[in-house]
Formats: sequence, structure tokens, C-alpha cells
Amino acid sequence: MNIIERFEAVDRRIIFLLIILAVVIPLLFPIGLKIEVSDPVQRFYNAIEELEPGSFVLLSAEYDASTMPEVYPMNEALVSHCFSKDLKIVSIGLWPQGVSLNQEAMEQGAREYEKEYGVDYVNLGYKAGGIVVISALGEDIPTTFPQDYALRPIEQFKIMEGIENLDNIDLIVSLSAGDPGVREWVMIAHGRYGKNVCGGVTAVSAPAFYPFLNAGQLKGLMGGMKGAAEYETLLKQTGTASAGMDAQSIAHGLIIFFILFANFFYFMGKRRRR
Amino acid sequence: MTTDIGTWIAALLTLCILSFLYKDNPFYKFAEHLFVGVSAAYWACYYIYNILIPNLYNPLFVQGQLLYIIPLALGIMMIMKLFPQPAWMSRFPLAFIVGTYAGYNFITYLQTYAIDQVRATLVRFVALESWQEFFARPGAVTFLSAIALPVVVVGVITGLVYFFFSREHKGIFGGLAKTGVWFLMIAFGASFGYTVMARISLLIGRVYFLLHNWLHII
Repeated sequence: MNIIERFEAVDRRIIFLLIILAVVIPLLFPIGLKIEVSDPVQRFYNAIEELEPGSFVLLSAEYDASTMPEVYPMNEALVSHCFSKDLKIVSIGLWPQGVSLNQEAMEQGAREYEKEYGVDYVNLGYKAGGIVVISALGEDIPTTFPQDYALRPIEQFKIMEGIENLDNIDLIVSLSAGDPGVREWVMIAHGRYGKNVCGGVTAVSAPAFYPFLNAGQLKGLMGGMKGAAEYETLLKQTGTASAGMDAQSIAHGLIIFFILFANFFYFMGKRRRR
Repeated sequence: MTTDIGTWIAALLTLCILSFLYKDNPFYKFAEHLFVGVSAAYWACYYIYNILIPNLYNPLFVQGQLLYIIPLALGIMMIMKLFPQPAWMSRFPLAFIVGTYAGYNFITYLQTYAIDQVRATLVRFVALESWQEFFARPGAVTFLSAIALPVVVVGVITGLVYFFFSREHKGIFGGLAKTGVWFLMIAFGASFGYTVMARISLLIGRVYFLLHNWLHII
């Protein structure tokens, strides 16, 4: 067996091992590669920056534990940004597990910025129905969500005073890992009610949302862990996404090397067989 | 190293799943079956307590809103699909769902995916402000930003030409179709790149959990 045949028949477990090493080593010994901020993330950040203190942000959590490494850092960074600017957060979840993950991020942010539940932020919980729920929010928020996530009537929360429907919300942010998610918010909240919508999505689904960004249907877009890391960079924070960027870059470099390497030996082998 | 029992269980189950990368083994099988069982139980409870009880049981049996008999009947008819004899009954709720969803989404989809997209693609062929920025600050980034809109327009038109099968792809038409294929290939490549990024992110998330939350070494 010559060297070309050996490389063609390489055990895939060696590739797995190299990928794991490419992830573990940079996490143990960070290099601190520079994180460039892309235009969609900058626009997302600007959309929050443009809001006056006391403005209302509707934060909708449409993700679960399986996409936590990508979306949860966005949630943390976003909450931190909102609280640092004294914005009020009204949150809901169109995915059941998103409610508790979002609550965790908001409680963490509230401790850091000394914010109070019911005054500065509220979590209205989960409601099944996706697109129908968004339509209902456009008409009447208190009727759609009469209780918060812990089944307490929303009338007791100061933050809900004067909030009737989406007209009282200044910006909608959907952190989504699928449907229902950003797509439905764009369709209903932007398309029907003309609200500004920003989206934080998993990297797999990010390319599908660029047309919305190009058409102005989305104000800003964060895609995957990279998007979250860029947002953390704008906030001058080092969160879990930034910590993972060295590993991400090195793993990508390794995969590019594998693709070039495999193609080279594939064509060499083909040539030799001729 | 943490003393939290929950973190230990999560870490050991993560290792069980990752062991599949070496080869199929009993640890992987155990974790896989446990996941399937726990997920099924979780979702069953969630649907009962978050959907059935608040949206059907409470309005109908607690508040006495008789209109809710209709969704109850449609729900029972849907379950009939499980039995061969009365399976035909499930067609009615299915037809109701398809009809309602189609009617509800028709205008919204048209607005979001057709009208707004066509307007953004074709009405603004050239973004003058991007070209002004390019001439004020010449560089690769400003140049790419300036040509973005024309590139999108060319990509849309040639992509549509490729999917026009009523005429043979020859001559100028064939050239346009070939250009469309190039745009499609680049789009697929970008999409694949994002997919790789997502998968690596998930691996980073798990490794970070093992090193940070479990072993406390970072």
C-alpha cells in the first residue's frame, strides 16, 4: 500500500481525534484571535443602542437545550445590553424550554445590573400556537398572556402597566433555533404590524435569514456562536461565545486543511489509477 | 471537580454519547435509550399540562364553554387514525388544519416571501449611498458593499433562468443558466460552511461544559 492509498483509507477516528484536540487545546490555552464584527451584528447592536432608556423590548425565546451553546450566549449578551441601557424586557417563549433558559439569563443579568422582576423585566411564559400567538399579541397582550411563567396574574407587575399590544413594544427580538421563530415574527410582527424585528439564530439557519436582512424585514441578525461572540465584542465582554472562538477558528482551519488534503490525494489517486 | 450530582450525570452521559465516535458500544446504547425515554415522558407531560389542560380541559370542563366541544371532537377524530376501521374520520380534522393554515398564511407568505423580497431585489438595483461610501473610503469592504445589490439582482435573475425548463439551455440562455448554477453552488457552499460552524459550536459547547462546569479546569 503506497502513501496515497494509505491516506485514502485513513481511519475516520483519527479525524475525530484531531477535531477534538483542535477544540480542547485552544479552550485550555486561549490564543485570543481577533473577533471582527460583521455588519448584521453591528446593525443588531445599533437597533438596541438607538432605543431610549425605559423603552420596551419584547424578547422571545425559541430555542432549547440542544442549541444552547449557540443561542444562550446571545441571550446573555442581549439581556446584559438591555439592562445596561435601562431598557424594559417583556419576554415570552414560543418554545417551552426557551422560557426557563431565558429566565436564567435574565436573572443573571438582573443580579449584575440590580434589576427587579416585575418592574424591569417579566417573563410571560410559554404559549402553544406559534404564528397564531404572535397575531394575538398584536391585538392584545394581557389576554394572550394573562399570567406570567409562574402563573401569577400579570396585573400585579408594574412593567405591564400600559402594555396592551405590540404597539407598545419598541423592538422585538427573537432568539430562535427553528420554527416557530424569527421567520414567524418577520411574517406577522413586521409584515402585518410594521414592528422592528431583530433575530438571533443558529448558524445552520442563518443563511436563510440574509434575504430578510437585505429587504429590511430584519433590523439585525446574529448567526450562531460567531454572532454571539461578535456581540460580546461590541459590549466589551468576554462570555462563553468569545471563549469558544479560538477553538472554532482552529477547528475550521483544520477542516479546510482536511478538505484540501483529501481532494489532493483523491486526484493523485485517480491520476495514478489511469 | 464539581460535587454537583446533576453535573456529574450530565458529564457522564455526554461521554457515553461521545464514545460512539470510537465505535458503537453499550454505554452509547444506554445513553441513547435513556434520552429517548426521558424525552418521550417530558413531552407527554408537557403537552398534557401546557396544551391540553389550559387550552381544552379548563375552558370546557371547568369554565363550561361549550364551544370547545368542537376541538374536542376534532381531536378524538384525529386519534381514530390509530384504528384501521374508523381511520377515515381523521381526514376531517386534517382537512380543517390544512385549510385553516393555508388560508391564514396565504397573504402573509405572499407579503413576506414575494412582495417584500421582489421589492428589495429589483426596485433598488444600485445603492447610491454604498457607492458614495466607496468613493469616500476606497477599500475591499466598501467595494463589496457597493456591488452587493447588483450581485444579488444578477444572482436572482440567473438563478430563475436556471429553473426555467421550457426552453433548452443553449446560447445566451444557456450562459445565463450556467451563471445561475454558479450562484447556486456558492449559496450551497455558504450554507454548508454555516452548518459546519454550527456543529463545531455544539462540540465546543459540550467540551466547554466538561472542562468548565464538570472538571473546573478552565
